[in-house]
Amino acid sequence: MKKYYRFVMFLFFIFGISRTGFAALTIDITQGIDGALPIAVVPFAWSGTGPTRGASTSAPEDIAAIVASDLRRSGRFAPVPKSDLVGRPSHGSQVNYTAWRALGVDNLVVGHITPLVDGTYEVQFQLLDMFKAEQLVGYKIRSRRSNLRRTAHQISDLIYKALMGVKGAFDTNISYVTVTKNRRGQKVYRLAIADSDGFNEKVILESSQPLMSPSWSPNGLQIAYVSFGRGRPEVYVQSILTGQAKRIASYPGLNNAPAWSPDGKKLALTLSKDGNAEIYIHNLLRGTNQRITRNNAIDTEPTWFPDGSGIIFTSDRGRGPQLYQVKIGANGARGRPSRLTFEGSYNARASISPDGKFVAMVHRIEGSYRIAVLERETGYLRVLTESRLDESPSFAPNGSMIIYATEYKNRGVLAAVSVDGRARQRLQLNQGDVREPAWSFFKQN
Amino acid sequence: MKKQLSIVLLISVFGLMAGCSSTSKEDTTGETSAAGSDKTSGADVGSGSSATEMKSGQQDALSKRVVYFDFDSSDVTSEAREIISAHAQNLAQNSNLSVVLEGHADERGTREYNVALGERRAKAVKQLMVVQGVQGSQIQVISFGEERPAAIGHDESSWSLNRRVELLYSGS
Repeated sequence: MKKYYRFVMFLFFIFGISRTGFAALTIDITQGIDGALPIAVVPFAWSGTGPTRGASTSAPEDIAAIVASDLRRSGRFAPVPKSDLVGRPSHGSQVNYTAWRALGVDNLVVGHITPLVDGTYEVQFQLLDMFKAEQLVGYKIRSRRSNLRRTAHQISDLIYKALMGVKGAFDTNISYVTVTKNRRGQKVYRLAIADSDGFNEKVILESSQPLMSPSWSPNGLQIAYVSFGRGRPEVYVQSILTGQAKRIASYPGLNNAPAWSPDGKKLALTLSKDGNAEIYIHNLLRGTNQRITRNNAIDTEPTWFPDGSGIIFTSDRGRGPQLYQVKIGANGARGRPSRLTFEGSYNARASISPDGKFVAMVHRIEGSYRIAVLERETGYLRVLTESRLDESPSFAPNGSMIIYATEYKNRGVLAAVSVDGRARQRLQLNQGDVREPAWSFFKQN
Repeated sequence: MKKQLSIVLLISVFGLMAGCSSTSKEDTTGETSAAGSDKTSGADVGSGSSATEMKSGQQDALSKRVVYFDFDSSDVTSEAREIISAHAQNLAQNSNLSVVLEGHADERGTREYNVALGERRAKAVKQLMVVQGVQGSQIQVISFGEERPAAIGHDESSWSLNRRVELLYSGS
């Protein structure tokens, strides 16, 4: 038995990083919100019968635990610990509202999982309001074994939407770059994707040379990135399903900072083939490049407005890097770049909120590099973080959180912060560094 | 030959580190002189010394294959200028030689901006070499930004070693 256990551990050691269902990234909630909504998520009932063929005595995934963890991570909810639950109802009709109100919860989530004869599952859940004593939302969702975690995230999204008024971003993915050392002490770079809670990590590319700047296609099927695999930076687009990669830009000099346009047809990128770092828009269908900037300064790190009407980029055409914006018309006509940031001597690597109202950036203050958010309408700049080497901010597709890279105990980790700076969490690898997070768009299916 | 040079490089880097980290004056003078030629060559050439000394000064400069930069700057310092000039003369006289100028940045700030900054540093070095008669075709510029640090610490003593352009000869 012990031998078997050690063998399993050995397998984890070998395959651990890329196995699905294995949390390579672990999440610590470092700061919650005062006044988060108290909610109870009751373990879902399992209608599977005894140890007969193919059936099991417990559900294959603890859906309620995944939902509770999602809601807690958002910073908006305070799920009641399992041990404090005052009953195990699995349907609204079984709920003793008075008892749950006495526990101080505003809302209750109940549900059950039923295995079907064709091997699929039916997951049913209800979100109940304890004061009105009524159902706010309820669904039956058909799922497969390998999809049950995703089903749980979809349930979290529906609950979040019902109570917060905006769609949740739990059923989404993140992409990031990890750096570990192999047995010979050489660096190994991996480009990985995972669920938004760090589970189901899939390594889509491994290299002995640096990988950087992952950017999701809007349909979530491809990732653009920079690889130094052939000794210098080049831009690639890779299919997540097939793993097939296509080299997009390999000009002399820089081929960097790809950013997918909202319509999925173009990449904004940085090339230095015509002299120094300039922004271009690469048409993925035609393979043509349209030059956007023209000066002696560094222009890089383009990112699109959500409506595709222009880009924000980093430039040191003034003194030191600052953010600039430029309009790009449908016919390719471009406006004159105008400066967006004025507070502080270093503002770079913009990420624009999905509603276009906020711009997150790396902002230097008192010698530290922190994540700040600019409200475009008022020009108000709010510094969200307190660490000193923060970078690569990326908005969640519902605009609620910003994921970014930082340093913690001499290691590269990811962290997320709510746009109001009140909720925080940290995501770190079992070993090595993780950096350059990119939050996906909403899934389209 | 290559091994020898890398040892020299290592020694000069050690010398630099000793210079940065040490606070005691006695220690500093002791270590830099042991490390050799870090500071002497510049003064010798400038004060118009004899031909043999000139030559050894240039040899010292040639043995250095890394030049360093200030934060967020691609301005070539006077110390770097001398090293670059020695290599420029060497390349101009030996058109069969070619060099890769590898630009790097420290970890502060954003990664893509740092790749562009590393390129601008390497191009500043290239510019100086071309002015001194090196053919553009002898020079290749690559930037790794902050992706390949020479020192892995998170403070100025490491950062100052990482803001650099490395000169890598090939075809010799």
